[in-house]
Amino acid sequence: MLLIHCPYCGEARPELEFRHAGEAHVARPVGADVGDEDFEAFLFLRANPKGIVFERWRHIHGCGRFFNAARDTVSDRFLVTYKAGDKAPADIEGGRV
Amino acid sequence: MAEAFRIRGAGRIEGARGVRFSFDGQSYRGIEGDTLASALLANGVHLVGRSFKYHRPRGIVSAGAEEPNALVGIRRDRSRQTPNVRATVQEVYDGLVAISQNRWPSLAFDVGAVNDLASPFFSAGFYYKTFMWPKAAWERFYEPFIRRAAGLGVAPDRADADCYSNRFAHCDVLVVGGGAAGLAAALAASDAGASVILADEQAETGGALRGEKTALVDGKSAWEWAKEATETLAQRANVRILTRTTAFGYYAQNMVALSERRTDHLAEPPTDMPRERLWQVRAARVVLATGAIERPMVFPGNDRPGVMLASAARCYLNHYGVAVGRRVGVYTAEDSAWQAAFDLKGAGIDVSAIVDSRPSPPEDFVERATALGIECLTGHAVTGTSGRLRISSLKARRIGGTAIRDIACDALLTSSGWTPSVHLFSQSRGKLVFDADSQRFLPGEGPQDCISAGACAGALSLAEAVEQGFRAGAAASGKRRRKPVPMVTEGASWSEGTLGPAEDAGTGAFAKAFVDFQNDVTAKDIAQAVREGMRSIEHVKRFTTTGMATDQGKTSNMHGLAIAAGILRKPIPEVGLTTFRAPYTPVTFGALAGHARGALFEPVRRTPIHDWAKMQGAVFEDVGQWKRARYFPQDGEDMHGAVARECRTVRESAGVFDASTLGKIEVTGPDAAAFLEMIYTNPWSKLAVGRCRYGVMLREDGFIFDDGVVGRLAEDRFHVTTTTGGAPRVLHHMEDYLQTEFPQMRVYLTSTTEQWAVIAVQGPKSRDIIAPLVEGVDLSDATMPHMSVREGKVCGVPARIFRMSFTGERGFEINVPADFGRAVWEEIFAEAQKTGACAYGTEAMHVLRAEKGYIIVGQDTDGTVTPHDVGLAWAIGKNKTDFVGMRGLMRSDLAAGGRKQLVGLKTIDPRTVLEEGAQIVADPNEPVPMTMIGHVTSAYWSENCGRSIALALLKDGASRIGERLFVPMPDGAVNVEVCRPVFFDEEGGRLHG
Ligand SMILES: [Zn+2]
Repeated sequence: MLLIHCPYCGEARPELEFRHAGEAHVARPVGADVGDEDFEAFLFLRANPKGIVFERWRHIHGCGRFFNAARDTVSDRFLVTYKAGDKAPADIEGGRV
Repeated sequence: MAEAFRIRGAGRIEGARGVRFSFDGQSYRGIEGDTLASALLANGVHLVGRSFKYHRPRGIVSAGAEEPNALVGIRRDRSRQTPNVRATVQEVYDGLVAISQNRWPSLAFDVGAVNDLASPFFSAGFYYKTFMWPKAAWERFYEPFIRRAAGLGVAPDRADADCYSNRFAHCDVLVVGGGAAGLAAALAASDAGASVILADEQAETGGALRGEKTALVDGKSAWEWAKEATETLAQRANVRILTRTTAFGYYAQNMVALSERRTDHLAEPPTDMPRERLWQVRAARVVLATGAIERPMVFPGNDRPGVMLASAARCYLNHYGVAVGRRVGVYTAEDSAWQAAFDLKGAGIDVSAIVDSRPSPPEDFVERATALGIECLTGHAVTGTSGRLRISSLKARRIGGTAIRDIACDALLTSSGWTPSVHLFSQSRGKLVFDADSQRFLPGEGPQDCISAGACAGALSLAEAVEQGFRAGAAASGKRRRKPVPMVTEGASWSEGTLGPAEDAGTGAFAKAFVDFQNDVTAKDIAQAVREGMRSIEHVKRFTTTGMATDQGKTSNMHGLAIAAGILRKPIPEVGLTTFRAPYTPVTFGALAGHARGALFEPVRRTPIHDWAKMQGAVFEDVGQWKRARYFPQDGEDMHGAVARECRTVRESAGVFDASTLGKIEVTGPDAAAFLEMIYTNPWSKLAVGRCRYGVMLREDGFIFDDGVVGRLAEDRFHVTTTTGGAPRVLHHMEDYLQTEFPQMRVYLTSTTEQWAVIAVQGPKSRDIIAPLVEGVDLSDATMPHMSVREGKVCGVPARIFRMSFTGERGFEINVPADFGRAVWEEIFAEAQKTGACAYGTEAMHVLRAEKGYIIVGQDTDGTVTPHDVGLAWAIGKNKTDFVGMRGLMRSDLAAGGRKQLVGLKTIDPRTVLEEGAQIVADPNEPVPMTMIGHVTSAYWSENCGRSIALALLKDGASRIGERLFVPMPDGAVNVEVCRPVFFDEEGGRLHG
């Protein structure tokens, strides 16, 4: 069971309190005139890399807030967590920012 | 029966209380402190089981958790019997009942042993090759055969009567393994002030020192030192010692799972004591001191009862005071087995020969053995054994020579070296490094804060193990080491040994030379797997099943790997090492389930009106976690009768329905309407205060996610309802958008599902029923038309009254604070009875809504259905520029023809009720597989229509109205006619009264 640092609570808490919420920084295209390719990228295409992923989590059994995290899928280690709306940190090794 | 093999003056449990136990119905004597294995050996019993595939007689191999052979069933009573218990781990208690497995009719005479004669047919890959063809033979022959043959023990046929518990714990240092290294680590870490948990799988700490007799630590016998160290640790407030506790899983961020066995060793377990406790330990640092496991030698006939590990024989002698035979042979390729021979000889047991495959073992060993009168055959191999249910002799031959010596023995101790127990380190995602010199996989780099120490880290002597442990403990504590390392003055050591069969063990060396005892895999099987093209050890493993039994190949994997590598002429690391997976040893389902069983498996949610419904004799159904009243049978009615009466009564007079389980979310704030515009397909901004609207919610892909009625209580306050099961996911969905897509909106979301009891009153008389109880609200059609909401009082209690309908009748839903729900319900019900109305349940609710063609999300939709598909296109705001799912709906495949659409189905025989989920076809005579063009989503008997009704999703359904189609069933196709999905009051006049 992972320990996850909630950037809103300022504490590392057990994974049981959290819920995974998919890839982070997927921008929602607005309006009806979004092209098929843009919409496909938004709805279907996910990076799923081996290595560092940026993903969303929700502290659902805690403060209830959604936030972002960078995690290494090889070591299953969290490199950093940060608030929703904040930009992905640019200095993460191997990160796709 | 006397314990003929118990040696006076040997061992450490002498003088303890005697116990009686039985094995296969025969009564034996043992001593408290014995394992079942040591007690059986004390009685001269080696034969304890039959092997899995060939049913070969098998004996006790080890003295620990790695045991592959001695698996027995332990039976307390019918609901408490455990299969596949390792006799080497099970402690005896007075009255213990053990039975052997995988034999019929008896252990000594087993019919299944005929498999052994047929063994050429059961060679590697047998299952894959044999059960391929013909297809029809699967059901009749292969599957029953495999099912009968699969698995050793027999599972109990009753629910487990024991209870289990679980606990979370945190510590600075978790030490896994209470042997010499682990104790030293715990001493050093706790000395520095760290909080320490020390877990050991055995009944007491000491680990491999159980078998040790001569070694000295700090001037004391190693065992004495271990006991004193344990005593010291036990007295420290910052140390918790868990014995009979196996660390079976190593997870992320130093989370280690332990299974503590609390009662399996007790004659009469207290009824309030859990049988096992699952510990989930989060440790700042972990010290792995898991030791090493001795490997047997691989040679023909190495599985005969009486052939066992040298370390086990030493442990049985020095700890349990049990001689494993009267005339013992030794076959080894490394040093530590010699010490076993010396110890046995010292206890007065005849050692017939030491066979060592090495041409020149340490000279002092040979000299000492010779001085003791033991014959030493160095540079020799054992090429076979004889004996039926017990070894009677070994056959030895000089390597490179031809002459075979037959040497009598009743036990043969073997050792080909020690395999470091790196299971947990590997589970921690640590990298294993192959050390070519010692032919061992050792812990390398690891991603977690974890230190391996002792034999598991490659230590080759007790002194080295203790020092490594001590230093690891000190380092893990994060403090400076203050005390000196315990001094090992006289100590055991072990050497590197060999892998695979001994060189030149004869042409028959591979036949019946067992590698994996539990799964009956021989060296020949592994060689065959390689010849047939398996190149990776993962393939060899699956083809031969080596390492796939309950012991996961603890004594066999390295041999198997070495044999495969040898034939492939590749270095071992290139052939690979199979993955170590949790659990290290088998864990009961009980330990994993803990308290989460029966009533505690999942929370049960009951409405405030539940108890009233129960008193009325309601029959309940589970809807998610909720208990809902399904129908209210009266005067011996069956379900059909009750539901028919309830449906009729609602439309003739009225019905009262408990709708409290509906999900409810309060959406407030200046931007509440704007937020709902984004979440629902419908428009909300112009909805007047006091009005409500049926809303449809989509996912981004355009498919229906949830639905429900939303009432506007104020400019900035909405009362949102969701489906019963949908409330949590709808709130999560709303929070997601509010927090991450529209964070600028000033909106607050509050779950209010359990704040309100909801009483639906539906039917022509509904207003008459509630009117006398309502204060401050004008209920007339003119001021409160269909789809209105008002706040007022009902029975003197603050209430939100919705005028809405899920039946097609004039209807109201009254929300009152949950605590008043029961009282208000009873008053409304009393009024209802005056008009001849009744209480109705979820079944009637379903029928009534289906008569009107109102869908239930999740029943008539399945996550691939758009509003257009189910006739809800009207609910999409025409002038909206954005909402969740708007762009998704424009995807070409959702806009194209040929989609399944909601229709009604009328069976040609009105009495036939269709099956929900049944498929619809156009041609009932088409051969299977038929072309399926739709499926039935809802089907009921409708008392109000006097016929069966059904809703269905049908390809191009809207253009098929009036068509005749077919629903194939096992006893013939049902003829149906497609109709519009409204069966009652198509004009909808009744809604308005
Ligand atoms: Zn939080």
